Amino acid sequence: MKEALFLKLDTNARRVDCQGEWTLANLHELQHEIKKITWPDAGKLVINGSGISKMDSAGAWLILRSVKKLESKGSKPQMVEFSDQAQKLLDFIYKKMENLVALPKVKASNWVIRLGKVTVEQLDELYEYLSFVGKLSLETLALFLKPWQFRFSSIVNTIDKTGARALGIIALLSFMIGVVIAYQMGFQLRNYGANVFIVDLLGLSVLREFGPLLSAIMVAGRTGSAFTAQLGIMRVNQEIDALDTMGVTPGELLLIPRITGLLIALPLLTMWADIWGIIGGMLMANNMLGVTPYDFLDRFQREIPMRSLILGLVKAPIFALLIASIGCFQGMQVEGSAESVGTKTTRSVVLGIFFIILADAFFSIIFSKLRL
Amino acid sequence: MAEQPIIEIKGLSTYLGGHWVNKDLDLTVQQGEVMGIVGGSGAGKTTVLREMLWLQKPNSGSIKVFGTEITTASSRALLALQRRWGVLFQSNALFSSLTVLENVAFPLKEHTSLDHETINELALLKILMVGLPADAAIKYPAELSGGMQKRAAFARAIVLDPELIFLDEPSAGLDPNSAEGIDDLILNLQGTMGLTVVIITHDMDSLWRVTNRVAFLGEGRVLCVEPMAKLCVNPHPEIKQFFSGPRGRAIKGTYQ
Repeated sequence: MKEALFLKLDTNARRVDCQGEWTLANLHELQHEIKKITWPDAGKLVINGSGISKMDSAGAWLILRSVKKLESKGSKPQMVEFSDQAQKLLDFIYKKMENLVALPKVKASNWVIRLGKVTVEQLDELYEYLSFVGKLSLETLALFLKPWQFRFSSIVNTIDKTGARALGIIALLSFMIGVVIAYQMGFQLRNYGANVFIVDLLGLSVLREFGPLLSAIMVAGRTGSAFTAQLGIMRVNQEIDALDTMGVTPGELLLIPRITGLLIALPLLTMWADIWGIIGGMLMANNMLGVTPYDFLDRFQREIPMRSLILGLVKAPIFALLIASIGCFQGMQVEGSAESVGTKTTRSVVLGIFFIILADAFFSIIFSKLRL
Repeated sequence: MAEQPIIEIKGLSTYLGGHWVNKDLDLTVQQGEVMGIVGGSGAGKTTVLREMLWLQKPNSGSIKVFGTEITTASSRALLALQRRWGVLFQSNALFSSLTVLENVAFPLKEHTSLDHETINELALLKILMVGLPADAAIKYPAELSGGMQKRAAFARAIVLDPELIFLDEPSAGLDPNSAEGIDDLILNLQGTMGLTVVIITHDMDSLWRVTNRVAFLGEGRVLCVEPMAKLCVNPHPEIKQFFSGPRGRAIKGTYQ
């Protein structure tokens, strides 16, 4: 058996000698030793502290706790020969331990309650989002009455950050998507010897769907999240409160320029994505199907109506409004913690992409009803 | 055995943002003392503190904490040091996604093999020791007032029963009552647990009541290290200016 390092019990003399370092570092072993000892049930018991070389608050807590346990079992422990320093610490901890209470446990709720809670929260959020959009719209309309208050430099800044700096990545992505589409469709077309129809398929799908959708999703991930994180941190740092007290509404300085900026940038990015998507497809058509760029462009301008481009570009401002308003809304919903910034940023991207695709589906239905 | 200083800084120099924040700085903190660090804004107080904690690397110089040279220490040796000190940051730095109890229990969970119940009780005890009510334990930091957050951060700093604690402006932004409470707390813990304390503060009351010695930082080095009573009559122009404002003068009267 391992020799007891910290405690020695003398059953006949009814005496316990404490020794060694009663500190947090040894607390685990101390607890273990206390458990192992067969404590006398009733009567007097002397606890001698003269052998303790070092004691901290964890050690003091353990002694006092053990004493309390012994008392509840009916014995009368008596603490003797503790050093002055240790006694001071013990008195201090003793006073504090009187207030130790069991903390109320948080009840785990069942799934019905959770479901109800989530539903109400979601409806609340929808309501708040709608009132946020409404308020901002009113503020924007008011701005039109005094257009000199538009923050043009902020708008330009947003266009630069969300548009100009995204040119590279958007070009690369759309180029590759163009390549992929041409490759997949090329297989089918080659079977029928209808190689040249790649132009029609590629032109229509890129201009009407892939260009707008791809750039919007990219921007939702890139810019929507940035809006949320920026505004969220500003809320945590009370910067938004500071603006409010200076009589500058956050809408006017932070939200409207961001939304307006993206409203301008996203259609431009969409056009850019269209161009690169077509170029990618054109190169693939040349390599795989033998349709030369000359033939490709010749057929492109004859077969692809202007309407396709416009129908694609019409979606972009709607997507931009969705991304920017969701990003800004989630940012303004952040409440005081780093975790909150994280959740809201995730939410902003997920909801952004969700609503982009939802809106795109609506567009498809509307266009088909209008036979466009 | 000769008493070994807890902290020994020699020839510390730091170049930051285009100028020398401190140059050839020497400072020694003895076991069991409360060392105050003061100096005007930008005198490099926080930089020195961050360097003692090895959050920031100096350009040259030696820093010994508990006799270990931290500028060359291995990560293992550093970890052993980190368990022996506690830090109260100026902005509290409580984890916002954890409750106060979880915040305070965090170092225990990371560094000890104690069971869940013991950890919670020890953490709760520390929360009570700093004068917070028990029901504050299940709240999140954002739900507490500034003074209570300070206390919660203090509880986290002392939960491992450190031998050395660093306090960066512990009473900044607190009402006089709470600030006094923090002072009492420092004195109380220092008296009962034999802590060594390094405290950066501008609070004249704290300086008078709590510290044994005060290091005055200026011109990138420690201008002098003296007890308050001597420091405030120091003829050095910068020190004189620091303590001769109406606040410094008014308080001097009450403590002398």
